[in-house]
Parts: sequence; C-alpha cells; structure tokens
Amino acid sequence: MEKKIRVLLAKPGLDGHDRGVKVVAAALRDAGMEVIYTGLRQTPPMIVDAAIQEDVDAIGVSILSGAHMTLFPAILEELKRRGAEDILLFGGGIIPDDDKAELEKMGVAKVFTPGAPTEEAIEFLRKTVGQKKTDEKLM
Amino acid sequence: MFAKKFLEKLKARLADWNKTAEKLRQKKSLPRFFTISGMDIDELYTPDSIKNGDDENYYWDKLGLPGEYPYTRGVHHTMYRSRLWTMRQFAGMGSPRQTNERFKYILEQGGTGLSTAFDLPTLMGYDSDHPRSLGEVGKCGVAVDTLADMEIIFDGIDLSEVSTSMTINSPASVLMAMYLAVAEKQGVPFEQVRGTLQNDILKEYIAQKEFIFPPRPSIRLITDMMDYCTKHVPQWNTISISGYHIREAGATAVQELAFTLADGFQYIESAIEAGQDVDEFAPRLSFFFNAHSDFFEEIAKYRAARRIYARRMKEKYGAKDERSWKLRFHTQTAGCSLTAQQPEVNIVRVTTQALGAVLGGTQSLHTNSMDETLALPSEKAARIALRTQQVIAYETGVANTVDPLAGSYFVEALTDKVEKECLEYFDEIERRGGVVKCIEDGYFQREIARSAYQFQQEIESDERVIVGVNRFILKDEKIDIPVLRIDKATEDRQVAFCKKIKAERDNAAVEKTLANLREAARGDGNTFDAILDAVRVYASAGEICDVLREEWGEWVESPAAMQVS
Repeated sequence: MEKKIRVLLAKPGLDGHDRGVKVVAAALRDAGMEVIYTGLRQTPPMIVDAAIQEDVDAIGVSILSGAHMTLFPAILEELKRRGAEDILLFGGGIIPDDDKAELEKMGVAKVFTPGAPTEEAIEFLRKTVGQKKTDEKLM
Repeated sequence: MFAKKFLEKLKARLADWNKTAEKLRQKKSLPRFFTISGMDIDELYTPDSIKNGDDENYYWDKLGLPGEYPYTRGVHHTMYRSRLWTMRQFAGMGSPRQTNERFKYILEQGGTGLSTAFDLPTLMGYDSDHPRSLGEVGKCGVAVDTLADMEIIFDGIDLSEVSTSMTINSPASVLMAMYLAVAEKQGVPFEQVRGTLQNDILKEYIAQKEFIFPPRPSIRLITDMMDYCTKHVPQWNTISISGYHIREAGATAVQELAFTLADGFQYIESAIEAGQDVDEFAPRLSFFFNAHSDFFEEIAKYRAARRIYARRMKEKYGAKDERSWKLRFHTQTAGCSLTAQQPEVNIVRVTTQALGAVLGGTQSLHTNSMDETLALPSEKAARIALRTQQVIAYETGVANTVDPLAGSYFVEALTDKVEKECLEYFDEIERRGGVVKCIEDGYFQREIARSAYQFQQEIESDERVIVGVNRFILKDEKIDIPVLRIDKATEDRQVAFCKKIKAERDNAAVEKTLANLREAARGDGNTFDAILDAVRVYASAGEICDVLREEWGEWVESPAAMQVS
C-alpha cells in the first residue's frame, strides 16, 4: 500500500493567529494525510527537530505577522544544517507578491496567500510529495 | 404588543398566503437560506414570529426605551442625536516616532480618539533586543520597551485632551503604567486621563493566543489593576472584554457573543471574590465586538448583548447602579471578511459592516482599511476607512433616530433567537465547570476551530459565495495598491535605542523596583503599584514580565486545545 503523506504544521515566531493553520490541518487530515500540528511559538530549530523526529515529507508553516522574510530563511537554513533538505517546506499567510516570489526562489516549495482554497494545498502535496515518493522507489 | 385576536386572524391569512407562495417557490435545488454563522432564516417574518408578542408586557420586558433597562434599544436616551459614536482608528507601526506622526495625522483628519497597536514582542512581553523578537520588531504595531518609547509616541499630544485605547493584554498593566507615567510627566492628573485598555486575557487563551502567564495569576494581574484604577483613574475603562478576536478566529456570531459575555462575567465574579463592590468597578467595563458581513445577524447580536448583560448584572450579580447594567461597546469591522482579491471591493464590505454596527448602537467604531489582507494599511487606505464612517454619520441619515430597526418582525425575532442560543452556551459552559476550566480543557478552542473549518468547507463547496474569491473572479488580476513595508533598519534602530536606555538609566533603582514587584507577585500586595514604580525608573516591559514569568510560570496550550475538531 502507498505510504500516507506525512506533514508537520507549525506556527513559527510570536504570531498567535491559528485559524488558518487549523483549517489546513483539518483539510489535509480529511484528504487522508497524516498531520502533526506542533502549535504556537515554535522556533526554527524546534520545527526542524520535530520534522526529523516525526519523519515527515513536508513542513507547512503559517505566518501572519510580517516576519516571513526572517522566519522562512531561518527554517531553510536549519534544514540545511541538519542535512534534512529532502523535507519540503511550504507555507502561507499575509505575504506580499514580491516576497512570495523571493521566498520561492530561495527554496520554499510553495507559498499560499489569502483566499487560496485548501484543495490547492492538497493537490500540491499529492503532486510534489507523491512524485518524490515514486522517484525514491525507482532509485 | 399584538392582540390575540389579531394574531389568530394573521395565522389564517398566512395559511392562505403560503398556498400561493408554495407555487412560486423554486422546486428544483432549493438553496438553503442561512446567515454567515449558519443560522437558518425564515422566508417571512410577521407579528406571529415574535414569541409572547400578545403579552401586554412584551414591549417593556424585551425592549423598553433607549437608555432604560434592559437597554435593548441602546444605552443612551438620545443616542447619536446627542453625540455620534467615537471614530476610533487603530494605528501603530514601526518606531514610536512613526506612530506619533500617524497619531497626529489621525487627529488632524478629524479622528476623535487614538488607538494603539503594539508589535508582537511587546504583546508577548519581550524587549526588542530579545532573540525571540528578531524580525518581528515594529511589524504588527509599535515597539515599546521602556517609558522612553511611550514618551515619544505621545509627544506633543495632550493626554488630558485625547482618549486613548491600547490593545494590550498579558502585559497590559505595564503599558497602562507607562501611559500614566507619561501623563505624570505632562502634569496631567490621573483623574483626567481617559481611555480604554483591552486587558482581556481570557480571550487570548480562547482565540488570539497572545498569552504569557497561566490564567489564574493573569486574572489576578487584572483585578489588581481594576482596584488601582477604580481608586485613582476613575475615567479609565480598565478592560475591554473582546469578542472581536474570537470571531476572527472563526467563531459564529452566537459563539462570539456567548464566549465574550461569559468572559466578562468571569472577570466580574473574580473581582467580587477579591472583595470589590460590583457597582464600584462595573461601570468602567466595556466590550468590543466584531462587525461581520451578515447585516441583520450582527444587529441582532448587539441588541441581544445589551439585554442579556443588563439582566445578569441586575439579577445575578445584584448590581444596583444602572451604569453597571449598561453594556457599552466598541466595534471593529471584520478583518477576516476582507479579501486579497480585488481589494478595493473591501471598501464596500467595510461600509455595510460599519452600517450594521451603527444600527446596532455601537459607542465607538474602527473601520478596516481595504489593504489589510496584504500588509499594514497605507495612509490613503486608512483615510478612506475613516471617510466611510463619516459618510455613514453625515450623509446616510441613519443617525437621525434612535434604534430605527426596533419593531422589525425579523430583527426582533432574530434578537430573541440569538439571545436564546447564547443562554444555551452559558449552560454548557457552566456544566463543563466554568470559563477557566473550559479554557484549560480546550473547549472554546475546539468549538471555534470546528466553526472555522465548516465555514471554509462551505466556501470550497460553493455553498457560500465570496465575491472575487469563489465567484466573480478577475483572471490575471494585478494588484496595484501601494503596500506599506516596515524596513529592517527600523528594527535595528529600535534595538539600539532599547540598549541605550538600559545603559543610561539608574540601574540600581531598576533592580530595587523589580525586587519589590517580585515580592508583590509572591504575596498578595497590589502588583500594579509595584509595576508603576518600576516603569517610572525605565525598567523595561521585558524585564517586568520576566519577573512575573519566574514567579508564575508560562502558559502552554494543552494538546486538547490544539485539536481541530
């Protein structure tokens, strides 16, 4: 049987707005994925640590505080430092278009902005992580 | 209100009417008619929809006159004919100097009150030079580390003239103390200082999640301050019990109302337990509600809120002063209803939401800027938001008479329904052991997350239409409204300023006042007195909160509160 996609969701930084991340958690769960939500105020090392321990395919973070240009790069850096670059990083929040483009260039796999349906995140994970899993099998 | 005989005749006529209507109703794919909170709405409301409407006491029991118990029609006799609501625009960003400039601009443009947004480190009790503050300084509001920052924010603004609202919760005592210290320096007596502190920690655990300490010591921090302000700052609204954030987190209108009022009653019970007289402090309590998009549901919510509150204050808590019975409230239009797509359309959303708040009898109002789903509001967007209120006040004529919607069969029936469902939630909260227990067990948090998910599913299944998001979409839309950015240099300057103040102040005095605070926190001395002494000698918000963290511990959400549904 195909292994379920495992996703870690987290809120980095000091921002406490957790409506979006909980909605995404419920939607991914209902789409058959295994979701671990780590809660609020997670530092980049805490997030990457949890992701490695939980052996997830992807990390999703939600940032509505405007600190995205600090927090996303810090998580990418930490993934690199821990040799865990195979874990996909995606996220969402109040993120202006220019920043979104820059983040995606930096290595964030996908940035979702307000109004994006949860179906988009589901499709994205199925496609990207699903592809990765097929590649692994072939190797 | 309606004679029995008339109602009987009406019933017969309605039966006939329904036969004709039945033929006209669309047979195929009947859509559901429901409010934005999922409350089902009838096709038609008539005098028959109003329960006990044939009782001659109905009017006095349910409505009464404005300014009179149970205040369904408003807390003032003459409402906006005597005085319009306060147009209070929330602002604050970047450095204290930038916020000072924005405040002066708002006052020049005819704003009548100030409202301060603080950045996340300030809300969480970290100084700008703390490692956890990296990247967050000045982003969601203004950074305040010490009294020196507060002096800059209110530089050239006479604190005996303006009324100021401060959105701060866990460290509310600290910011309030700083504000009073600025007044002291301006030579303004505390009796003349006017404003509102949000200071509602319970809704932080429930929805907004900017908490530091556990619930029980946090409530003590609040009752200590209420005690101080009742004695020394009589014109200050010590706490603004907030449903706004509960709603933004995904709650329905009824959940917003029920959880907020339940929080309010919890503060009242705590203050009574601490030995305070309900009529001494209750007149300074105020509320803060959301103005969402479902026009009539919102109006019903405000009207029900006043009635429920008045009854409980009088009957359950034995308040005798009629000022204790009046639920006064601030309103903000719903940030969560705004869309990033076709952002100019948000002006229309804000307009109808604001109109609902005014028809619901609000005492003050913030209208959101159209660009808030993109970033902090630009000056132009903030101006249009204020102009929206001015158009409602001066052009629409809705302020000419008091509670113009009273007596609408629909509005009265909906008000009753909202009230009934709210009281059912009160029973459930009590059955589960009260507000604090419900927070600890994650009950509110799960209820809200469930509503939020349901709402999202309704959008994605097209059962609910959001203009520009799931229908009437503009393909290849290029958003060309200017976005305000806070640059990294602002953070660097603020960190440097914080360090400079800490180096230059009288550090022996800081140590001494912090030691006194520690003693008060351990024992039962009033913590507010100790905090006021500490801020006067430029102890920072982070240092003060650190003392309390060490004494009281930090709050972490339980796994039950993080569950989705």
